Formats: sequence, C-alpha cells, structure tokens
Amino acid sequence: MAKGLAVIVALLVAWQVAAVIINNNYILPTLGEIADVLLHPTEPLLGGQSLLANARVSLKEVLTGFLIAAALAIPLGLLIGWSSEIRAYLNPAIQMLRPIPPIAWMPFAIAWFGIGIDSILFIITLGAFFPLLINTVGGVQGVRIRWIEVAEMFHATSFEKLRTVILPGALPGIWTGLRISFAIAWMCVVAAEMLPGTTAGLGFLIMYAYNLGQLNVIGAGMVVIGIIGLGADILFQAGQQRFFGWQGRD
Amino acid sequence: MEPVLVVRGIAKTFQGEGESCPALTGVTFDVAPREIVCIMGPSGCGKSTLLRIILGLEHSDAGSIQGVSGSGERGASAAMVFQEHALFPWLSVRDNIIYGLRLAAQEVPEAEIEHRVTELLSLTHLGTFAGSPPHQLSGGMKQRAAVARALAVKPSILLMDEPFSALDTFTRRELEDEILRIRKEFATTILMVTHNPEEAVYVADRILILSERPGVVSVIIPVGLPHPRNPADPEFIRIREQVTRLVQGRPDQEG
Repeated sequence: MAKGLAVIVALLVAWQVAAVIINNNYILPTLGEIADVLLHPTEPLLGGQSLLANARVSLKEVLTGFLIAAALAIPLGLLIGWSSEIRAYLNPAIQMLRPIPPIAWMPFAIAWFGIGIDSILFIITLGAFFPLLINTVGGVQGVRIRWIEVAEMFHATSFEKLRTVILPGALPGIWTGLRISFAIAWMCVVAAEMLPGTTAGLGFLIMYAYNLGQLNVIGAGMVVIGIIGLGADILFQAGQQRFFGWQGRD
Repeated sequence: MEPVLVVRGIAKTFQGEGESCPALTGVTFDVAPREIVCIMGPSGCGKSTLLRIILGLEHSDAGSIQGVSGSGERGASAAMVFQEHALFPWLSVRDNIIYGLRLAAQEVPEAEIEHRVTELLSLTHLGTFAGSPPHQLSGGMKQRAAVARALAVKPSILLMDEPFSALDTFTRRELEDEILRIRKEFATTILMVTHNPEEAVYVADRILILSERPGVVSVIIPVGLPHPRNPADPEFIRIREQVTRLVQGRPDQEG
C-alpha cells in the first residue's frame, strides 16, 4: 500500500513540476487547477451538469450494461462450460467476435438503436459480455470431476449438480470475470459517451471540455474515472478474499 | 446371512485410441453384512474401476451387481470415500457431511439430519471443527470428514478407494482403528481398496487379490486373527508376507 502510494505521489509531483515549467494550461493544467474542479463536484461545469452528476450518469449506464451482460454471459457460460457439444458449436464464433473492440460496433449500434442511451448500453454490454463469458466457461471447466462424482454418488439430479457443485465450484472464475468485465464496461462507457449525440456522462464531459479547451476539467474527469475503477476493483478483491478464500487451498 | 453385496462376472474393457484395454474379466465375490473386505492387486489391475462400477459411476460390460444401486436407481446403498478427500472446499465440515442428506434423492427430514450430523461429528471427533472450511483441517481430519459424509446417508456398504494412502503412518493407523470402531458401532459393511498389505491384514476379514490386467479374483485370503491385531504377531506377519507375495505375482515362494 505504502509503495503503491509512493509511486502515485511521485507521478503527481512530476505532473506538477512539468505543468509549472510548461506554464500553459492548454497543454498541461496544474494540479491546483484540476483539484479546483474536483473539490467542487456538485457545481455546474461549463454551463452543463456537475462533475458528480456526470459521474452518476456514467455509473448508472455502466451498471445497467454490466447487469445485462451478466444476465446473458453467466447462464451461457455455464451451458458452454458444461456441454462439450454446445462448446463445439459456439466456441469458434465466440473466439472470432471476442477480439473486435466494442467501439468498432458503434456505427452499427447507432444504425440499429439510434443515437443515445441504447447504443451506449449496447456497447457496454458487448464489452462486458465476452470476458465474463470466457471466465465463466473457464470456471465451469475448473470444477473437479471428483466433486461431480460425489454428487452423482448421492444420486443428485442434473439440476442439483448444477446448483450444489458446478455453480459454487465455478463461482471464483465467474467473480474474476465480473471484475474484469466491470473494468472493461467502465472503459467502454467513457469511449461511447465521447461519440456524438450524448448529453451527459464523464466521457461526454471530457469531450465537451476538450472542445472548450478546458484541460483541467478533462483531468478531473479522468481522476474520477480512475477512482471509481479503483474502488470497484478493491470491492471485487475484498469479495474474492471473503467468499473464495478456499480457492487453491483444498 | 444374506450377503450385502453380490458381484458376479464383472467385466470391463476400456476403449483407447484404436486399441482396447481389458481392465476386469469375470470378477466374482460376495461381501457379508458387517464384513470388511480389502481388495489388493498390482497397479492397474482395475481395483478402482471395480469400486466405481459398484458405486454406479461406471458401467460394466458384463456381469451383475446386486445389493447396491449400481445401475443408477435411486437410494443410498453404496457410498464412497475417495483417495483424495474430495470435500467441497466452499462448504463447512458440517455442510459437507450433510451434503448427501440434503439432496432430493435421500428425502431425509430436517430433524433426522440434525441427529445424524451430531452423531457423526462426535464419532469422527470433528465436533470442534464443524463450522470450519476443509482447508483448515489436517489430512487425517479431512479423510475422517469424507468418511462421515459417506456414512451420513447410511449406505448398506461403504466403499473406500485407498482412503489413507496420502496419510503418514501414525495417522493411518489411527484411522484404521477408527474404521474398526465405526464397523463395531454402526454395523457398517466395508469394501476397501488398498495397496498396503499391513493395512489389509490389520483391518480385513478377508483379502481379495486381483491378478494383473485384466483383473480377476485370483485368491481370497481369510484373516482369522482377533481384534485388536498386533502387526508384530508371527501369524500377522505370515499373512502379510503371503499377501505381499500374491500381489507381486509369486505365490509359490514360501518364506
């Protein structure tokens, strides 16, 4: 923790030194100018919504897309992990679609869903979907055959096997997937909001501030994005230790 | 008395890539109530496969198994303790023990589950660890929990596949004594695969020797010694040496 903090402080100092030397806030705003925005998170910015309001819009979009992705990817991942037949059908298509950056779908998204929230949600869902799917499949495949045999020995039904062995056994993998997906969803929202037609969100704020040459607002937006991402990751990690401490220790 | 388990002419061949590998042919034996039978034989003679067929995890190509639900019908007539404990790491010791009871197939009322888990925790001396996850237990304790989990469904026969092979000598002897105590208190019938001749002579009423691939019952050795058995006893040593020679495939060399 202390080591990590030291690097962050060093980066901030370097930033500040560079900003003072350059002395041009159209190139590099000082920490003071960025902090000025951060310290007034509820005040309207650039004639629009406040920093906090924009962050709230983005977070809401991320959570919605993330939940849609989870609702689709977890059941499908369980199915693909469980059945080699289904895996044989779906895996090549998944591996082909997976490397396509979500943002590349934006023109299609706009064509299908129009400009606005639906397109953004589509991009977020797409971004969060694949890492969660891959990790869920991996989680199911990591479930030990022996555990399944124990269930069979007690004459568990297929549904009981799924509920009492496969799901809990795959949960650490699913959790890792959720963690990765959330980070990707968060990246997607900012990118998607930068596209034309949006009126709120951190991505919108950054793009809008860029058009007005307000680099300190951009910096503040980036700090907020980083803090929310870090916070989510800390929560996911705490959950990992709390619920899946058994992993790799049996 | 009616045997608890009747195994008749079990055969099993594994299909590999292009070649078939016979594992068992015509394996026939009975196990009587409250009997402890040990199965021994060289590596790869199909000992584990035989247990898995009896348990219903694998199907035999020929032969029949009576007395347990080998063919997948519902009921709780056989339960297995695997070589590695195979406890569910996300459940507490207590929840692991009652795992089988909670499944629909067993239909055990909640009060009865309470009663059984209390009894089994005390039988296996795991009471203070009831709420702990398995990874906090020692190797011997994990295996005792696996025994308790298998016994919870009141199986007509307890199958054990080299259950103590990963344990140190002292823990192993402790658990062998525990098995004998469980048989005494629970009237449990036990069929156990082991590769340790001393273990077999220490616990078994009869020792079944399987021949090398394909496995077939080559000889059955009764162990008539009274319990508790003394491994230093000359008769104990004689049987142990006889078993060792048979497993190694040299029955004629009398020591």
